[in-house]
Amino acid sequence: MSLTVDENKALIEEVLKAYPEKTAKKRAKHLGTFEDGKPDCGVKSNIKSLPGVMTIRGCAYAGSKGVVWGPIKDMIHISHGPVGCGQYSWASRRNYYIGETGIDTFGTMQFTSDFQEKDIVFGGDKKLEKIIDEIEVLFPLNKGITVQSECPIGLIGDDIEAVSKKKAKEYVGKTIVPVRCEGFRGVSQSLGHHIANDAVRDWVFDKVDPNKNAFESTPYDVAIIGDYNIGGDAWSSRILLEEMGLRVIAQWSGDGTIAELENTPKAKLNVLHCYRSMNYISRHMEEKYGIPWVEYNFFGPTMIEKSLREIASHFDDTIKANTEKVIAKYRSMVDEVIAKYKSRLEGKKVMLFVGGLRPRHVIGAYEDLGMEVVGTGYEFGHNDDYQRTTHYVKDGTLIYDDVTGYEFEKFVEKVQPDLVGSGIKEKYVFQKMGVPFRQMHSWDYSGPYHGYDGFAIFARDMDMAINSPVWGLTKAPWKKAA
Amino acid sequence: MPQNVDKVLDHENLFREPEYKAMFDKKRSQFEFRVPAEELAKQIEYAKTWEYREKNFAREALTVNPAKACQPLGAVFAAVGFEKTLPFVHGSQGCVAYYRSHFSRHFKEPTSCVSSSMTEDAAVFGGLNNMIDGLANTYNLYKPEMIAVSTTCMAEVIGDDLDAFIKTSKQKGSIPAEFDVPFAHTPAFVGSHITGYDNALQGIIKYFWDGKAGQGTALTRIPNESINFIGGFDGFVCGNLPEIRRMLDLMGVEHTILCDPSDVWNTPTDGEFRMYDGGTTKAQVEAAINAKATISFQGYSTEKTMKLIKEHGHDTTSFHHPMGVTGTDAFLMKVSELTGKPIPKELELERGRLVDAIADSQAHLHGKKFALYGDPDLMLGMTAFLLELGAEPVHVLSTNGDKEWAEKVQALLDASPFGKNCKAYPKADLWHMRSLLFTEKVDFLIGNTYGKYLERDCGTPLIRLGFPIFDRHHYHRFPIWGYQGGLRVLTMLLDEYFEALDANTNGIGTTDYSYDIIR
Repeated sequence: MSLTVDENKALIEEVLKAYPEKTAKKRAKHLGTFEDGKPDCGVKSNIKSLPGVMTIRGCAYAGSKGVVWGPIKDMIHISHGPVGCGQYSWASRRNYYIGETGIDTFGTMQFTSDFQEKDIVFGGDKKLEKIIDEIEVLFPLNKGITVQSECPIGLIGDDIEAVSKKKAKEYVGKTIVPVRCEGFRGVSQSLGHHIANDAVRDWVFDKVDPNKNAFESTPYDVAIIGDYNIGGDAWSSRILLEEMGLRVIAQWSGDGTIAELENTPKAKLNVLHCYRSMNYISRHMEEKYGIPWVEYNFFGPTMIEKSLREIASHFDDTIKANTEKVIAKYRSMVDEVIAKYKSRLEGKKVMLFVGGLRPRHVIGAYEDLGMEVVGTGYEFGHNDDYQRTTHYVKDGTLIYDDVTGYEFEKFVEKVQPDLVGSGIKEKYVFQKMGVPFRQMHSWDYSGPYHGYDGFAIFARDMDMAINSPVWGLTKAPWKKAA
Repeated sequence: MPQNVDKVLDHENLFREPEYKAMFDKKRSQFEFRVPAEELAKQIEYAKTWEYREKNFAREALTVNPAKACQPLGAVFAAVGFEKTLPFVHGSQGCVAYYRSHFSRHFKEPTSCVSSSMTEDAAVFGGLNNMIDGLANTYNLYKPEMIAVSTTCMAEVIGDDLDAFIKTSKQKGSIPAEFDVPFAHTPAFVGSHITGYDNALQGIIKYFWDGKAGQGTALTRIPNESINFIGGFDGFVCGNLPEIRRMLDLMGVEHTILCDPSDVWNTPTDGEFRMYDGGTTKAQVEAAINAKATISFQGYSTEKTMKLIKEHGHDTTSFHHPMGVTGTDAFLMKVSELTGKPIPKELELERGRLVDAIADSQAHLHGKKFALYGDPDLMLGMTAFLLELGAEPVHVLSTNGDKEWAEKVQALLDASPFGKNCKAYPKADLWHMRSLLFTEKVDFLIGNTYGKYLERDCGTPLIRLGFPIFDRHHYHRFPIWGYQGGLRVLTMLLDEYFEALDANTNGIGTTDYSYDIIR
C-alpha cells in the first residue's frame, strides 16, 4: 500500500531513531515525501555519504571506467592501480557491443597495471609507459587508450598526463586519454561521469583532426548521448530514430567507437537519455559547436511517443510525418503487450532505488502497465534530478536519497510494495523477505528495456517477477496453518 | 517488426532479426571506421601463433584478464565467517560496493559490509573522523557483536593506523571500550584476495588470543583434544564446510571451524532477511587456542595465520586444497593421527564408492589433456586429482601463485607419468592462457566464469571450478571436498566430456554413427 504524507513522515522519523543523533540529523535531509506543486522532492542530494551506514554508492572510477569510458569498444581502458577495481568491474555492466574481442574491440576485457608495493613507493609512470608499449605490440589494432586512475594514482603524485602526451607523440596520431577518476574524488560515481566527460572534451574533441574519418553530413544527423547499451538498449532505441528518418552518427557510449565520439560535433541534434552522466558534454557541445540537445525517455509507450514527437519537433515535416508512422506501426504490438500484462499487474506497487535517470524515467513504463511507483530515490542524483522527478511522481511518493541499507529495508518492510527495483546488492535482501525484485541496473541479465521492443521484455519481466509461483512457497504450510 | 508479444524475443534472439542486422551493418560501415577486414583477419590468425605467444610471454608490465582479486575482498570473506560480525572497510566507499556486488553475483546472496567512505578531505587529513563516525553508525544501526576492520589501498597509501584509530574512536565514545574490533591492514597492492583473507583471519585470531590489541589479557593455552579447521578463501564454501563438519563428526572429532560463512551465504527465503547467520562465535575463537592442533585446507591462503597459530604451540598442518581419493585420504589420516580416532566405516564406504565411480569412468578421462587456472591451493589439489584420474594437466596457471608454488606443482607433475610435458605458469594471466590454448591445444579447460571467453576464442570446453562463478547457479552449494566432493567434481568433468563428445558426433547422416546411446 502507498502511505499518506503524514504516514511517510512518521515512518521516516521512526527509521531515523536508530541512528546516533548527529547522523540522524544529516540523514533526515535526504528523506522526504513529494508533495504536489513543489519544485523539487524536498531532499538534499549529492552530499558525502556517511561512514558506516552501508551506502549503496560507488566511486568516481566506477563512474568513469565503469559507465562512461568502458563501453567505447575499440579503445583499451587501463585500470591503473591495484588489480581489484578492474576485476570487480570486468564485464559486469552488460554494455553490449559487436566486434572481435581481443583483436579490434576490448569491451569485455580487464587491462590492469596491477600495482605492486614498489609501484606505490617509486611511482607508476614508468610502468604505465611500458604498459602502453606492450599494448601496441599485442593489440596493435586498438584505436586508442584511456588511463583510468584508481585511488593511489592521485595520492602518490603520478603524472599520467605527461606519460599520455609523450606516448601519444611517440605513437603518432594515437589517442591516449588520462582520466583523473580516482575513487576518493567526489561523493559518488557522479563526479566520475563529469571527469570522464571533461576528458572527452580535453583529450578527444580538442585534439582531433577534423578531416580524419570524414563523412558527408545530412540535415538529419543525430547522436545518441547517455545510452550504455545495457542488454542492447541503445540498439532498440537507435532503430526507432532511424525509422523516423534520422541518421544516428554516434552512440555514447554503448557499442560506441572513438570515431563516433570524434565525429559527434557534426550532429545537428544530440538526443540525451542519461542526463545525469552526460549532460556535461551535451552542454559543452551546445556552447562550443552550437548543437542543441534534447532529453528523451524511451521507457514505456507513453514516454516513447512523447519523446519521439519531441525529437521530431526539431526537424522538418517529413520527419514529423515519419514519426507518426513509427508510432502507428508499433501501436498494435504495444496494445497487445498491455492487454496481456496489465490485468496481471494492475494496481501493483513498486519501490525503486537506482542510479542515473532510472529513478524517474522508468515510472512511466510501470504506469503504462497500471502499476504505481510509491517510493523512489537516486544513488547519486543531484538537485536537478529531483526537480525533473517532480514531473513523474505522484503526491505522497516516498523519496530517499543515497538510501542506506537499514533505511531501505525498513521502508520496504513498512510500505510492503509488490516489487522492488534496485541493484545486485539489494536483490537478495528483499527476495529473502519474500518481496519480488528486479535488478534495474543490469535489467537482471535481461533487456533491452528501451524502445518498443524493449517494453515488451520489460512487461514480461515485471510479470514474471511479481507473479512467480515461488512467492507462494516462502512460508511452510504447517506454519501457515498455525 | 521484430518483437512478438506471444513469444517475447530476448536479447539473444531479438538482435538477430533482419532489421537489427541491417542496422548494425550500416552503423559499422558508415560510422565506426573499424580496421579493414583483411587486417582484422590477419591479426586474428596472428594472435594464435607461437610468435605471438612469445611476445605475449615477454610482457613485463601489462596484466590482461588476471585470475585474482585484491586483498580487502578476502578480508571481507574472512570477516563474514564470524558470528554477528560486520566487515568494515576503511577507505574509499566504491571498493565496498564492488566487494558486495562481487560476492552477491557469485553466491546469489546478500553480503553486508560497510565502508568508512573516505573522500578528498580524508586523503589530506587522514580518515580518523571517518573511523570515529563510521564505527558509531555501524554499531548503532546494524547492532553487530563484532566489527572486523580492514583497509582499501587509499587508506594504506596515506598511512592510516587502524590500531590507533580504533582506540581513539573508543576514547571518543564512538563504541563501547569493551566492544570487539579486530583489524588487519590489507593493502590491495600486495598479494591478492587470499592474502587479504589470511591477514584478516590472522588479525581476528591474534586479537582474541593475544589480549585484544592491548585492551585485555592474552589467553593462556591449556591444550585439549580438540582440533581447529580453517578452510581458506573458497568459492564453494557453502558446500565444503558442512561436508568437512560431517566428516569430522563421523570421526567423532571435537573441532572448531575458524571462519565459517557457510550459513550467512546460504540463508533461506522464508520472509525474513538475516543479516547475520551462523559463523564462528567469539567464544569458539577464544576456546580454539586450547586445541591440540590446527589444520588449514589451503596453505597459501593461510600462511600468516598458520604461523601465528604455530607460535601458540599448536601442531599445525597446511594442505593445498586436497581433492579426490588420495587428497581426502591424506586429510583424514592426518586427522586420525592427530586425534587418535580411527577413520570410520562410513567414510571408508564413501571412499570405496568414489573409487568405484572412478573405475567406472576412468576410460573417458584417461589421457585427456586439461588446462587449469585459479588460486594456488586449488591448482595443487586439482592437479593431483587429475593425475589420479589418469588425465594430463598440461597447463597449470595461477595469477597469484609465485615461483615457489610453480616448483611445487612441477614436482607433483614430475612424479607422475601423466605429468609428462605438463607445466606450471606462475604469475600469469588469462591472456597468457589464451596463447597456451592456441599453441598447445588441450581437450578441456578448468577455471572460473571468466574462462568462458577462452572457451569462446579457443573452442576449449570450460569446466567451472573456482571463484567467481557468475554465470552458472548453485555450484557453491555443493561440496568439492571430501569423497563426496570428489564424486561431484568427477561428474562435472564427465558431464563436460560427454557433452563435448555428443556435440562432436551429432551431425545427422555425417557423424552420428558415433552418437552412441550407451557411453
